[in-house]
Parts: sequence; C-alpha cells; structure tokens
Amino acid sequence: MSATVDVTTALREKFPQATLRDSLDHPAVNLPAADVPAALRFLRDERGFDLLADLTAVDWAEGASPRFTVVYHLFSTAGHEYLRVAADCVSDLEPAMPSVTALWAGADWHERECYDMFGIRFEGHPDLRRILMWEGYPYHPLRKEFPLAGIETPLPDAEVAAATGTKVIAAPMAGGPFVASPGEINLTEAEPRAKDESWNERHEKPEA
Amino acid sequence: MSTEFVIPDTAAKTAAARPAPGESAEFQTEKMSLSMGPSHPSTHGVLRLQLELDGEIVTKCDPVVGYLHRGDEKIAENMTYNQFVPYTDRLDYLAPLANNMAYAIAVEKLAKLEVPARCQAIRVITAEMARISAHLLGLGAFGIDTGAWSVFMYSFTEREKLYKLFEELTGARFTTSYSRIGGVARDVPEGWTGRVNAFCDQFLPILEEILGLLTRNKIFMDRTVGVGVISKEDALAYGLTGPNLRGSGVPLDLRKDKPYSGYEQYEFDVPVGTKGDSYDRYLCRGEEMRQSVRIIRQAIAKFPAGKWYAEEARRIYAPQKDKILTSMEELIQNFMIVTEGPQMPAGEVYFEAENPKGALGFYIVSKGGGVPWRLKIRGPSFCNLSILPKVCVGTLVSDVVSILGSLDFVMGECDR
Repeated sequence: MSATVDVTTALREKFPQATLRDSLDHPAVNLPAADVPAALRFLRDERGFDLLADLTAVDWAEGASPRFTVVYHLFSTAGHEYLRVAADCVSDLEPAMPSVTALWAGADWHERECYDMFGIRFEGHPDLRRILMWEGYPYHPLRKEFPLAGIETPLPDAEVAAATGTKVIAAPMAGGPFVASPGEINLTEAEPRAKDESWNERHEKPEA
Repeated sequence: MSTEFVIPDTAAKTAAARPAPGESAEFQTEKMSLSMGPSHPSTHGVLRLQLELDGEIVTKCDPVVGYLHRGDEKIAENMTYNQFVPYTDRLDYLAPLANNMAYAIAVEKLAKLEVPARCQAIRVITAEMARISAHLLGLGAFGIDTGAWSVFMYSFTEREKLYKLFEELTGARFTTSYSRIGGVARDVPEGWTGRVNAFCDQFLPILEEILGLLTRNKIFMDRTVGVGVISKEDALAYGLTGPNLRGSGVPLDLRKDKPYSGYEQYEFDVPVGTKGDSYDRYLCRGEEMRQSVRIIRQAIAKFPAGKWYAEEARRIYAPQKDKILTSMEELIQNFMIVTEGPQMPAGEVYFEAENPKGALGFYIVSKGGGVPWRLKIRGPSFCNLSILPKVCVGTLVSDVVSILGSLDFVMGECDR
C-alpha cells in the first residue's frame, strides 16, 4: 500500500491541483480536465501504470454541476496496483475532455463508447464516432434523462425499409416499465406487460 | 527418432508475395471493400468487419460492433443489485458462472462484506469449470475456423458433461444466476464435488486427445503460426487481457497478481506465449484448462465446511426460505431485501476478475441504498477486439478468420 500512497503524493507534487478522491478500494485522485493527458503520461512513464484498464464516465444528472465526470482506471502490470483518476468536464451542456488515445491506443474505443453513451467529446480523438449505437442515432442513452424504455427513433435505413417493404413496428411492449399482473391463472395473460396499455401493436400510440 | 520441426514464417511469406504499391506491372488493381458479417460463421456472433482489400490482402479493417447492445448498464441503474445477477449471465454467455462471481465480488467490495471460506471455494470451483467450458468452446470454434471439425465434436461432448454438473448445482445449464450478493444461491448438492472430481479425472486424457488433434497438426499450424502477431507493447497499449495478453508474453493473471475469492491458496502456473501469434494464444488456452483442473482438485481437496453465505449480512443476503415461512423477523428481512434491495453504503469501487476471456471489470458508483447510481461493465472482449484494425492490416482474408478465432471473443460482453 505504501508504494501507491506515494503515487498520489508524487502526483500531487507534480500537479498541485490534484486532490485526493474518496474511494472504498483503490487510491484515487481528482484532476482538472486540462491536466489529464500530462498526468496520465507521468503515471504511465514514471510510475509504471502501463495498462489502461477502463475509461468511462458518470452522469450526475441534470442540474448537478459539474455534471459529467470521466473516470480512468489504470493498472500497473509490475506493481499489481490499480489507480483511479477522475476528471470533471468543464461544461455541463457541451462536455469535453482531452483524448488520451496518444498514450494508449486502446483508449480509442473506450472514448468512442463514452461519446456514444454520454455525448462527451474527446478533443484530439482521431475518429470520434458512435460505436454501440448506430451512426445518426440522435440520443446519448446513458444520460440520466434518457428513459429506460427508450425513445422511438426511425430505422437507420429508411430508404431500405421503403424499398423492401419491411414493416417497421416498435419493439414489443415499448413504453415500460413493465408490471406483472398478479392473480391471473392464464399465464399468457399474467406475463409482464407495459403499464400504459392505451396503445399496442394494433392500436396506435395516442399523440402526446 | 528425432524430428526437426521448422516453424513456417507465414507473415514473411505474405510480405514477400505482396508487390509494393503501384509495382504490379501486369495489371492495375483496385481496392475492394468487403463487409464480413454480422452473420458470418467466423465472426462468432454478430461482429461485422468492414474490410478494404487489395487483392486478397487486407489494407484496412474497421470492426463494427454494437449489434448485440442491450443497454445492460442502463438497466442496472434501474434495478436492485440482486436483480442484476441474471443480466451478468448474458455478458460472456459462455461462462456465466464466472460473471456471476465477478459481479457479486464487486458489490461485496462496495459493502465491505467478507463471504465465508466455503462460499469462496464454491465460487472458485464454478469459475474454473466455467473457464474450462469457455475455452473448450473457444478451441472448438477456432478448430472450425481453421478447418478442423472434429475438435468441435470432442470439446462439445466435454462441455455437455460440464453442463450436467452446472444444472445439478444451479438448476440451469446455461444461464446459471448462481451468485447472490453475500453468497451463492444454494449449497452444493450431496456428492457433487465427487462428481466434479470424476469429471476432472476423465477430462485430462480427453483434453490431451483434443489438443493432440491441433498442436502438431500441419494444417492448423500453417493457419496459425506467425499469423496475427501481437507484440507485448501493442497488447498493453490496446488493453488486452487474459490469454490474449499472456499469449504475447505478459504474465498478467489477476488470480495471481490481485488474488480474490481465495485464489492465493491454490497452486497453479500461468502459461505465457513467446511470439504473440495465434498459435501462442491457442497454446495458452490449452494449458490454462490443465491448470484449471489443478485448481478445482485443490479446492475440492480442502473444501471448507460452514455456510455458503455471509450470515451476519442481514440487510444484504435474503434469509433461507424455511426461516422466512416460520419467523417474523426473517420475513421482514426478506421483504426489505426484495423490495428495497441489499443496502449499500455510498462510494465507488472497481473490481476486475480474471475471466476466461480476460479481465471482466465492474465499476460501481453508489449513492447508498439498493440501486447503483452507475454501473460500468468493462468487457474484456470489447478491449480485445479493439486491436483488430491494427493486427488485421497486411494479412490475408483467410488469416482474418484465424485471428478472430484466436482472439476468442464473445459479443455478449463486447456490446453489453
């Protein structure tokens, strides 16, 4: 443990704006967004944290400021220690963070996922586009205001659907959350169904 | 009898056969783009590779993932910790028991909860059985990719035996949902450990037979040796873990380096490769299965008595059913855990377990209560696949198939 305590101390000597972060397990530091690439380079080259285990973000919900925090988990293959580095995005409306793809090529996909799910722009990323959702998808699903049941969007290839005559229907029971109705003997009837039963495949969804 | 075995250098052959750009005097070639997948037998699920080809040589590879994206992380933010256990089955659906364990340990770290030795041993045994099962499938599919059908038949026969044992233990063959926060769902059945031992005894000779079909197989070696070479530096830069990282010569195994669930008590070796090619990754997986058998045998030999759940964790682990039906206190406890979820303190943890495919990580941010504020799943296959654009360039199309087989990914945890 002493070696890792040194890491946070050394980091704070080099980057005076770094502060200790509350953590239940691994040593953790908070950094200003602008310091992230330099600090991670220092950790990688001089402190042996050579593996970027994970890169992700947390949305603290609308109204919170700072709203988005990007969290890096580094692992040292020689010292067998983890280190958590967190940095708040400066803007709550247009969150951005310097990219670390120059340090770890593997950050490429992680940052694309983060952009896809939270809409955080990684400045300096060579090819920042969606990865799990399709190109042209209008939302960032892991933001807290995005509903669990999803939002209906047109199919990505409208012209393909038109040419092939594919029938486009909403996912079954879209509009959840789902509830099971108790006391039904008939299992087909008792299956979970959407709370809002005013519309289904046969009846159009009423205009909001 | 001595046989000199010369390892063919396929990569060099490919490089020699390739004319320098614009050098082909006889005819002009045009780049072709080929979409491989998402439904292609060698993409093991729903991976799509957008390839750019110059003749038969890949000049660019852009993997398209996300076809199996189900929004697991979003789902996790909307349910209690125990309710999420079945979703972990569907991450790496070839080793659900290992995922169950990794998730449970992550949440237990958040709760600062220690589970009894018996629970730890059960988890180790099931995780290693899951590793054998996952590697067997990986080998079988890799064999098919490189033209060896029979390996698949042998390995699936063995997997079937494992499934029987899983079913006996958990009630399900495939989606086991065996872990609970603070323990496992139920104790091992009478005589089950003996049957696991019996499986191990008959498995080792069959494993030698299976590996014997591939290890010195001329066709298999031609397809894998020197193909898809990943250097140590690249493997680390792209965040590879598991057998793919060890195949490149980095001896990182979290069971040894960051032991959890009592792995420090067991003796086992960590195989590493020397060249980092597809063949090395295959060899690592083969050896890992032997080591898993070793671990299972040790765990069964000193299988501890006691409870299979943390008894003192009254606000986390639901009481046993017979107690719920007879005692008021337990009934209330059960009601609270089911309706409000296991109560967790505020804070954040990150835990990685050494799964068959690599390090499966869970990053949990809690604001207290029974539902996580944020749960990030670090799928090893996601990171392992991110190296494809680098490693596929300059290879033949048929080598891409071999590389995919050797990376042994599963889209369930890549796309989450």
